[in-house]
Amino acid sequence: MSDCVYSHSGDSTVIIKIGSEISLENNRKTVQLTSKIINKAISGVIEVVPAYNSIGVVYDPSVVVLKKLLSILRKTEREEMDILTEKTETVHIPVIYGGSYGPDLGYVCAFNSLSPEEVARLHSEKEYLIYMMGFTPGFPYLADVNEAISTPRKETPREKIIAGSVGIAGNQTGIYPLDTPGGWQIIGRTPLKLFDANKNHPFLLKPGQYIKFVHIDEKEYFEIDSQVKNGIYSPVITYRECGVDI
Amino acid sequence: MNSMKILHPGLLTTVQDKGRYGYQAFGVPVSGVMDRYSMYLANYLVGNNISEAVLEVTLMGPGIEFLCDTLIGVTGAGFKMFLNDEQVGINETIEVKKWDILSVRSPGEGIRGYIAFAGGIDVPVVMESKSTYIRGSFGGYKGRKLKEGDLLEIGKKPSKYLFRKIPSEIVKNVYEKDVLDTIIGPDIDKFTKDGIEVFLNSEYTITGQCDRMGYRLDGNKIEHADNADIISSPVQFGTVQVPGDGKPIVLMVDRQTSGGYAKIGCVSSVDLACLSQKKPGDKIRFREISVEQAQRNYRLMNDKIGRLFDDTNTRTWVKTFANWFKWK
Repeated sequence: MSDCVYSHSGDSTVIIKIGSEISLENNRKTVQLTSKIINKAISGVIEVVPAYNSIGVVYDPSVVVLKKLLSILRKTEREEMDILTEKTETVHIPVIYGGSYGPDLGYVCAFNSLSPEEVARLHSEKEYLIYMMGFTPGFPYLADVNEAISTPRKETPREKIIAGSVGIAGNQTGIYPLDTPGGWQIIGRTPLKLFDANKNHPFLLKPGQYIKFVHIDEKEYFEIDSQVKNGIYSPVITYRECGVDI
Repeated sequence: MNSMKILHPGLLTTVQDKGRYGYQAFGVPVSGVMDRYSMYLANYLVGNNISEAVLEVTLMGPGIEFLCDTLIGVTGAGFKMFLNDEQVGINETIEVKKWDILSVRSPGEGIRGYIAFAGGIDVPVVMESKSTYIRGSFGGYKGRKLKEGDLLEIGKKPSKYLFRKIPSEIVKNVYEKDVLDTIIGPDIDKFTKDGIEVFLNSEYTITGQCDRMGYRLDGNKIEHADNADIISSPVQFGTVQVPGDGKPIVLMVDRQTSGGYAKIGCVSSVDLACLSQKKPGDKIRFREISVEQAQRNYRLMNDKIGRLFDDTNTRTWVKTFANWFKWK
């Protein structure tokens, strides 16, 4: 991979930049290189943090010498990637659209001259790549929505958006992992928990996975919600060939 | 059971340790102490492991009633402190008896103090750390800053008598420094040559918008080559990002894990402790340093403090760093 550029962000982090734009290919390389670096378990490396098309390798300069670290990273980078053979996961996220769960669905419909059923269908038909996570713990940055349902942010943000709320802001869609203030147009809610600090495995999602929203009704919402609360729900996961966009 | 009661919490008192590493890939901020050397030294005073959780106190200290005999150590900003009515000093072990009341008043220099308790603070470990992340309401004591009436459990007093003092050459003048060693980059191509010159040759004032998440600075505008936006990429403790208005922001421990503004530099690890002790109105400058020199300074500082711990066989942070590594 010759298009990797190395730079320093302070005295304890090497930044590897992969390509110069956000693309499926650059992001896939980013996620794969991240996991290859992690698998090397380089002594002195504290953590490896992927973003859209860059990786932060955080290290302790009193444990690993910079020169040695860079040579291991470059060697790792040159090892072959298994882009064509690897399969990626799609995590299914059940969502109830509209009503008190999605108070802005009406606005999104009016803005795009669509019915609620059409908005829900257009939102849930696509599989979205998780480019990276950030903003708040467990928050996935997803690929763009279908242009037909793109809607600007609210002019005045809400003071509190309930965890699990699914929203649209411009071309972006996302799920709020925590109760937070926010200006996204809320069109629905998932009963799944994206982040639970007290669990052994606190996160539902990770970078490089895809998610698919699945339209559910209120009865299903309550069923899943109660399974989640009792800790017996396991999310539906399907597999897709890497490198094929839907 | 060993415990203490918070009589009044002070301005912002939280439980912090080395920070929550290994989860930034999932968007979890690192948190932890702002001035890590003061945490190391406070733990040294009471015979703890180097990165055991401590209380980080800010600007106005707390009042604490002890419900057991113990040892404490206070480091960092030069807080005026009283044990009952008697004034006690920072940077040395303080022996505390049951029902004693410690009042931490205001600091002479610096703004953050660190209180370590023999045996540490017993709060749940969340994602491998005891650090409080207030915005996410997790870690530390109930995920929040301390309040009046809180009861915190602390460890056991060591059976052996212990009195330690921090050698004065370690703590002398550390917070007087106002020129911060800074590694330039990684987004240098986002700035004009003049922009980088201005950054390295201007005095910047810390504004009122400064907290554990970041310090907004005021001073000469830094010129971008075209605009301030980059594709969001990982940011560090000490990253200096420059938004469209040309005024730099230094990111601190509670920062988000990535940022979309061009990054002109990053303050060296050693000088972050110093920056963490600055308050609104304080003036700072940035001076370019090479990565290699910054790393030499970092190792020197670690060795200086590590030598204290070597004598007591509790120098374990290196091992801990290696173990933080994980991907779930």
